[in-house]
Amino acid sequence: MKETTPIEFTSLNEEGLLNLSKERLLSLSLPEMKAIQEYYQKISREPTDIEMETIAQTWSEHCKHKTFKGKIDYTEIRSGRHYRKVYDGLLNETVIQATQELSKRFCLSVFEDNAGIIALDKKWGVAFKVETHNHPSALEPYGGAGTGIGGVIRDILGVGLGAKPIANSDVFCVGEFGPDKNSFGSAANILPPERILTRVIDGVRDYGNRMGIPTCNGAVFFHKGYYANPLVFCGTVGLIPRDKIKKKVTSGELIVSIGGKTGRDGIHGATFSSAALEENLSSSLVQIGDAIVEKKAMEVILRAQKENLVSAITDCGAGGYSSAVGELASSSGAKVYLEKVPLKYVGLEPWEIWLSESQERMVLSLPKENLERFQEICQSEDVDCSILGEFTNTGRLELFYLGQIYCDLDLKFLHDGIPRVYKKALWREPEVEPLSVEFPHQAQTGDILKKLLAHPNIASKRWVIHQYDHEVQGRSIVKPFTGLEQSGPNDATVLKTHLDSWRGIALSNGINPLYGEIDPYWMAANNIDEALRNLVAVGGSIDACAILDNFCWGDVNDPEIMGGLVRASLACYDFSKIFGVPFISGKDSLNNTWKDREGNLFSIPATLLISAIGIIKDVRRAVTADFKGAGNWIALIGKTKEEMGGSHAAYVQGWEGGQVPKVEGKSAKNLMRTLSRAMAQGRVRSCHDLSEGGLGVTISEMCIGGGLGAKIDLSHCQVCPSQMQVPWEQLFLFSESSTRWLIELEPKKVNGVKKLFPADSFLLLGRVSKEPVLEVKSKQPLFKLKVQELKKNWESFSRSQE
Amino acid sequence: MSARALILKAAGTNCDGETAHALKISGAKPDTLPLNEILKNPAQIFNYSILVVPGGFSYGDDIAAGRILANELKYKLGDTLRKFVEDKKLVIGICNGFQVLTKAGLLPEDSNFEQTVTLAQNISGRFQCEWVAMKKEKSKARWLEDLPKNFELPIAHGEGYFVTKDRKTLNALEKNGQVIFRYAPKNPNGSMRAIAGICNKNGNVIGMMPHPERFVTQYQHPEWSRRKMEGDSVGLLFWKAAVHYAKGV
Repeated sequence: MKETTPIEFTSLNEEGLLNLSKERLLSLSLPEMKAIQEYYQKISREPTDIEMETIAQTWSEHCKHKTFKGKIDYTEIRSGRHYRKVYDGLLNETVIQATQELSKRFCLSVFEDNAGIIALDKKWGVAFKVETHNHPSALEPYGGAGTGIGGVIRDILGVGLGAKPIANSDVFCVGEFGPDKNSFGSAANILPPERILTRVIDGVRDYGNRMGIPTCNGAVFFHKGYYANPLVFCGTVGLIPRDKIKKKVTSGELIVSIGGKTGRDGIHGATFSSAALEENLSSSLVQIGDAIVEKKAMEVILRAQKENLVSAITDCGAGGYSSAVGELASSSGAKVYLEKVPLKYVGLEPWEIWLSESQERMVLSLPKENLERFQEICQSEDVDCSILGEFTNTGRLELFYLGQIYCDLDLKFLHDGIPRVYKKALWREPEVEPLSVEFPHQAQTGDILKKLLAHPNIASKRWVIHQYDHEVQGRSIVKPFTGLEQSGPNDATVLKTHLDSWRGIALSNGINPLYGEIDPYWMAANNIDEALRNLVAVGGSIDACAILDNFCWGDVNDPEIMGGLVRASLACYDFSKIFGVPFISGKDSLNNTWKDREGNLFSIPATLLISAIGIIKDVRRAVTADFKGAGNWIALIGKTKEEMGGSHAAYVQGWEGGQVPKVEGKSAKNLMRTLSRAMAQGRVRSCHDLSEGGLGVTISEMCIGGGLGAKIDLSHCQVCPSQMQVPWEQLFLFSESSTRWLIELEPKKVNGVKKLFPADSFLLLGRVSKEPVLEVKSKQPLFKLKVQELKKNWESFSRSQE
Repeated sequence: MSARALILKAAGTNCDGETAHALKISGAKPDTLPLNEILKNPAQIFNYSILVVPGGFSYGDDIAAGRILANELKYKLGDTLRKFVEDKKLVIGICNGFQVLTKAGLLPEDSNFEQTVTLAQNISGRFQCEWVAMKKEKSKARWLEDLPKNFELPIAHGEGYFVTKDRKTLNALEKNGQVIFRYAPKNPNGSMRAIAGICNKNGNVIGMMPHPERFVTQYQHPEWSRRKMEGDSVGLLFWKAAVHYAKGV
């Protein structure tokens, strides 16, 4: 064993081990360092630097999801009583277990490959994956976001034997705009959220548009808690033939790398993403992307897949070759000759070549007899292709550089030698304060509505959406914008999967950290409900859909923050089961924290993004959210309760307390199914879900989309307020109770549709009117606002960004 | 006999799939070939009667949109293309393809392949993807006659601001009937005289920023769910007209 950079390791004491972990940016804990030490003591030698780095990368939170797979000692305190439960692998016992118990036949590949896959039809599957790229986007938002999207596209290219990307979805959480919105201490060298968001959008635009993949779905959430640690979620959907889903590496096959060259960029990305953001982190930790290199690699992969040339493929993401080859070789073995790696420039140490996170690289396993044809394809597409070594059956990872061996690791130890993480989690049931309002409460209902429409979380995202090419590939059927002059929003996007068929998919998402500040359990339930009701709103069905989880959490060494993670996971299990909708893939990004100048550690708000994908049998049956015709009836589906906790009305008015919306699982499921049925029969002219800002915002958006007005009368409506500080009409208009939609019905269809729903979940509110005015009355008139004025408020934020 | 169409693909081309589909359902037999494959035997172009340079970001649009691919066409395929055009065969450049054809001097047409017009950065300074209203002009591209006078198509570009070298060039375009489409009433990118597409003097080479291949069924229109739209979509009419013309040469 050559030891160019020998590490004195086996004799280190605890302090020495921790220092080494810190100095080399390994992000390994003491028990982990000890386990490695034990391994080397047993084989009686010192590790090489490349071995140390390989282990650290493989064992990083980013790659191993240690917390979610670890042991968690959870205590819940309810009404003064303690309930304790130990979880032996939180993810397995919640999210994954729900999927296993549901055991849906349309699930073709779940939680094993680079993306989850469900069946589209007898021949095709659709793969979906959502990733986060948070820390890089905080340091260098343009590169961070670009490589975030580049990375998730590679996940799709690297699922099965390669899928064709057909859609991107992007969700961002950033700090609030304007001065002094950071209440979490003054973190140094932090880019202001205005700058972060602009550059993140630029990054997604420049990468996604160049790849020729439509970015057609997404969200932006502003909250002061993301000031120093923004969240960037990037998702991609791909099409894959069902007989190309399984990969298998055989000993003797070539390890081939295609795409980008290797440089020093992004070394330690995997370990860095698992640590707190603090001053003096270099933005060279962030990789630099080149979409055209990836686009060309994509063409090669898809052609090779069609011609059945490769037997396995995966992408180089966090950890670079170390992770990609390590994964493919996990049940076989590999010999890699590092001098064969094409470099951007000379002077890289062998460990740097191995760990570099340079972008646009894919690793595949190629039977020798297919090499010639594969190289031909690479040539015609102008793609670099190099043979790095071959897969073996030794169970060892052997790395050579110019004839000398630099690494000889037992793959079993590398993948399974990591000690289990043990964490304590605590949850105290929050005491619900009744909704309280500054007296005397004089806010006019119409003014609250205008404020809500102008709030960045609710307002039009036109300036973002129009920068993304959401039409490329010609699949788009229900677009981000709808209605007259495309001025209103839609709930979800609908795409044709094949240009010569009417089958398609719908994509939607749900995210709302405000509920999580009250109870992460109900946040998770609401986010699932939101993603699903959005899907239903465009014509999807919960019986043909799947969801993805992306947990972004703060400091999970804090038992109370960890307690929230357990709560959210439990809700994922409960509501996945109740709705009968399986999780097929997910990702967690923990330790989203930063340190201020005084060294205080801050955590982001607990955040869960739920992304849903549904199969649409005939996209021509899809429904959009814009009002279609004057004289049609407007009906509210679902029950409205005094659920103002975490609502945007409370947020913009400064109201405190209130109930967090609770999802009534069984009846929610029935409502979704019933509405889907009515829509499939073509009985609903338009449909829009109620979410942030409640009924008031939803009806305004439908008016804006249709260029039409509405007259509604609330005098027969009811809401059971806990107290009457706020007029009940305001509660009714702005409550964020879950599982609700507004639907538009032609007069002759009202009775038929009404009969489908339980009496307490179908309320006729009024009619669409020709005059573009929104008029709301109760026993007395409440307000009358021109749709033009609603629109002006709703578009004001976007205009300020254009 | 069906018309054969060649879709030219370079690194960064990304509208080749929907373009092939549009040609297919319009009655053509499309082949998509990487430029490297075409360069191996340039004469194979003569097997086709339609050549499409589709949208995308050829070579990442480094330097300027379409510049590198334009130079490749000019210097590696120049004579072949000139012959193809002289034969009255159809050359269609869409979006990035339009940018390529202007930079290669094929549009509005110059005997020395000199560039006289360009597509500069949108006056908004950013990429714009939206559906825009347009009108058809009476032009030398007579084969477009069956298209309606007014219609909508999607645009998706950062560099679509049509600019001519000088006023003379602009006036000549108008006078010669080389303006085929204009944005109307809204001019989304600042183009001179709202020009969205032009052709050469014979009308068999055209370039346009909007994407007809993205509107080959009425269900791709953003308002399909609110107004009944009968018959072929405008994009389909466009491609059918191209195929009809190509069958005649």
